Amino acid sequence: MKILVTMKRVTDYERKVKIAPDGSHLITEGMNFVANPFDEIAVEEALRLTKAHGGEVVVFSAGPKDAAQQIRQGLAMGADRGIHLLTDKELDSDAVARLLAKVVDQEKPDLVILGKQATDDDANQAGQLLAGYLGWAQGTFASKHEGLEGPEEKAQKPGLAIEGGKVHVVREVDGGLETIALDMPAVVTTDLRLNHPRFTTLPNIMKAKKKKLDEVTAESLGVDLSPKVKMLRFSEPPARTAGQIVDSVDTLIHKLKNERKVIA
Amino acid sequence: MSEAFHGTDLYQVDGLLSEDERMVRDSVSRWVDERWLPIVRDHYRAGTFPIALSTELGEMGLLGSNLTGYGCPGLSGSTYGLAMMELERGDSGLRSFASVQGSLCMFPIWRYGSEALKEKFLPKMAKGELIGCFGLTEPDHGSDPGGMITKAVKDGSDYVLSGEKLWITNGSVADLAIVWAKVGSNEATSIRGFVVEKGMKGFSAYNVEGKFSLRASVTSGLVFDEVRVPATHLLEGTGGLGSPLSCLNQARYGIAWGAVGAAIACFTCALDYVKERTQFGKPLASFQLVQAKLAEMYTEIVKAQLLSVQLGRLKDAGKVTPVQVSMAKRNNVHMALEVARTCREMLGANGIADEYPVFRHMANLESVYTYEGTHDIHTLILGKHLTGISAFE
Ligand SMILES: Cc1cc2nc3c(=O)[nH]c(=O)nc-3n(C[C@H](O)[C@H](O)[C@H](O)COP(=O)(O)OP(=O)(O)OC[C@H]3O[C@@H](n4cnc5c(N)ncnc54)[C@H](O)[C@@H]3O)c2cc1C
Repeated sequence: MKILVTMKRVTDYERKVKIAPDGSHLITEGMNFVANPFDEIAVEEALRLTKAHGGEVVVFSAGPKDAAQQIRQGLAMGADRGIHLLTDKELDSDAVARLLAKVVDQEKPDLVILGKQATDDDANQAGQLLAGYLGWAQGTFASKHEGLEGPEEKAQKPGLAIEGGKVHVVREVDGGLETIALDMPAVVTTDLRLNHPRFTTLPNIMKAKKKKLDEVTAESLGVDLSPKVKMLRFSEPPARTAGQIVDSVDTLIHKLKNERKVIA
Repeated sequence: MSEAFHGTDLYQVDGLLSEDERMVRDSVSRWVDERWLPIVRDHYRAGTFPIALSTELGEMGLLGSNLTGYGCPGLSGSTYGLAMMELERGDSGLRSFASVQGSLCMFPIWRYGSEALKEKFLPKMAKGELIGCFGLTEPDHGSDPGGMITKAVKDGSDYVLSGEKLWITNGSVADLAIVWAKVGSNEATSIRGFVVEKGMKGFSAYNVEGKFSLRASVTSGLVFDEVRVPATHLLEGTGGLGSPLSCLNQARYGIAWGAVGAAIACFTCALDYVKERTQFGKPLASFQLVQAKLAEMYTEIVKAQLLSVQLGRLKDAGKVTPVQVSMAKRNNVHMALEVARTCREMLGANGIADEYPVFRHMANLESVYTYEGTHDIHTLILGKHLTGISAFE
């Protein structure tokens, strides 16, 4: 089985993002970059699946030269090889999906696993668009029957079940969990509770340096990267105003009714 | 819980590190956050080291990281240093465990041992399946190890060891001990190293109780009552005080980095604290005296990091000297201890409670200040280097 996974280079979610004074762009200078945590879950899942069923895990990332670092991280976790689409352009989800569709044409994986979203733009679209372009089934927000504390997670069992050419996905939906069976090949996007990614060990970080990492360009894939989504302006979320401590329930109700007018 | 520290942005120390160096640091950092910080307080209270983590440390490649062959990861000195920094951000006891295993036990076997000893011990030690301890210090000989009285007398195909060692990290949990003893004369030149295995007749260990420092680490006394050690367990390449000192030089290198981690843990904790804590209607962070302390500590941490990075580069270029290592150990541990004390003060009453990591680090650093050559001994080493005059004796 061949699994294609994505590993996006994103700004560190533990650090505060800086916005250019005119609101036109984000300041990335001096920022720390990490792999999108949902993508790490995707790599972990792919590794567990190939451990159970055999096969190969290919890591894909589109981004600047430094995005190779995030691919290396996937390789250090245990993936077999990497593909780096080299570009300095800002990519929207649609461009990424069209790039991935081309890579899928070449690689012919049985499964593509992506993070449900990336923690920088939180778009939550690439997986769905990719499934659309490919005409494949999709299972988004993949989770697990039992939580991260369960014995299956501890035994590092995959959360996706593959049987008779179908992949069974437990999805996190509003009311709870939904289990669906997808015909393979298929696209799956990961939610937080699918697994807990392994630690990259120091020896594996060293071994990853020797793994194959191919660089490709958008031109060679024949994909036009011009964005369909235009970024108009960036701004800080409004600052939260300080809360008030009230002395009784009656005052609370009075305030909610008369000052905030949120209850009748 | 102290937060992972991603280098000092102000001086772009991160930019001095390679991609793999950062990856190693971040990976060890995550391991410490998830596997160590949740349990350290209980172990500190109980005065225990979570020995079950030994194999996990091995799997992560944190035991004998910079050694090559025999199942060792073969990391660069700089990468190894960064790993030690992250471990000590967790606790000096955790870093001590890795230092003793890698630098003080695996290193002498790797450097001075026979092929048979290397094959027998190194792969299992790298995996954390066998634990080592390093016996140099004696009850009456600390800063002056050359004066040791432990003896090894050749008898047929064995050596017979008698004597006592004290303040030995991991002593009572170790499967093997690297023991330094004098063969023949009382001269320091007759010091040689032996691998003594647990269970050899006449070899016993006991715990040092009542420590206020390095509590999440086992400290022991070792007793050798005419222990017969086969001559094959002699570390054949050893001879004189230089041999154990070469091991200490490896460990001190890791300590120089590690101390920075302990300082970072205290600093980030205090920084968060003073931003949150309000007195006189304002956050503590808004007072000039508090800001002065922060500025001072931060500057010292950055300087210590730069010292470590350059030390690592020298080590990787094969140019590092023991005096350079002494300078970094001396400066960085002293810096960390001062930072820990200042942070302790800044946390007020909370600074003495173990809900915060600061007092624990502060107490630990008292040991780190003393072991592997006390602060003053390193001062004398630098003094000798500068003047050509030894002030030891
Ligand atoms: C927690 C812990 C773990 C340890 N683990 C190990 C281990 O695993 N293996 C091991 O072999 N040892 C270990 N040690 C021992 C450690 O290395 C010694 O404690 C250290 O070398 C100092 O020796 P000492 O305690 O005998 O102090 P002393 O040598 O008696 O020194 C006491 C004081 O006198 C000062 N002093 C000594 N000589 C001079 C001089 N010539 N001029 C000026 N000042 C001087 C010292 O700086 C110090 O301040 C450990 C110690 C601790 C606390």
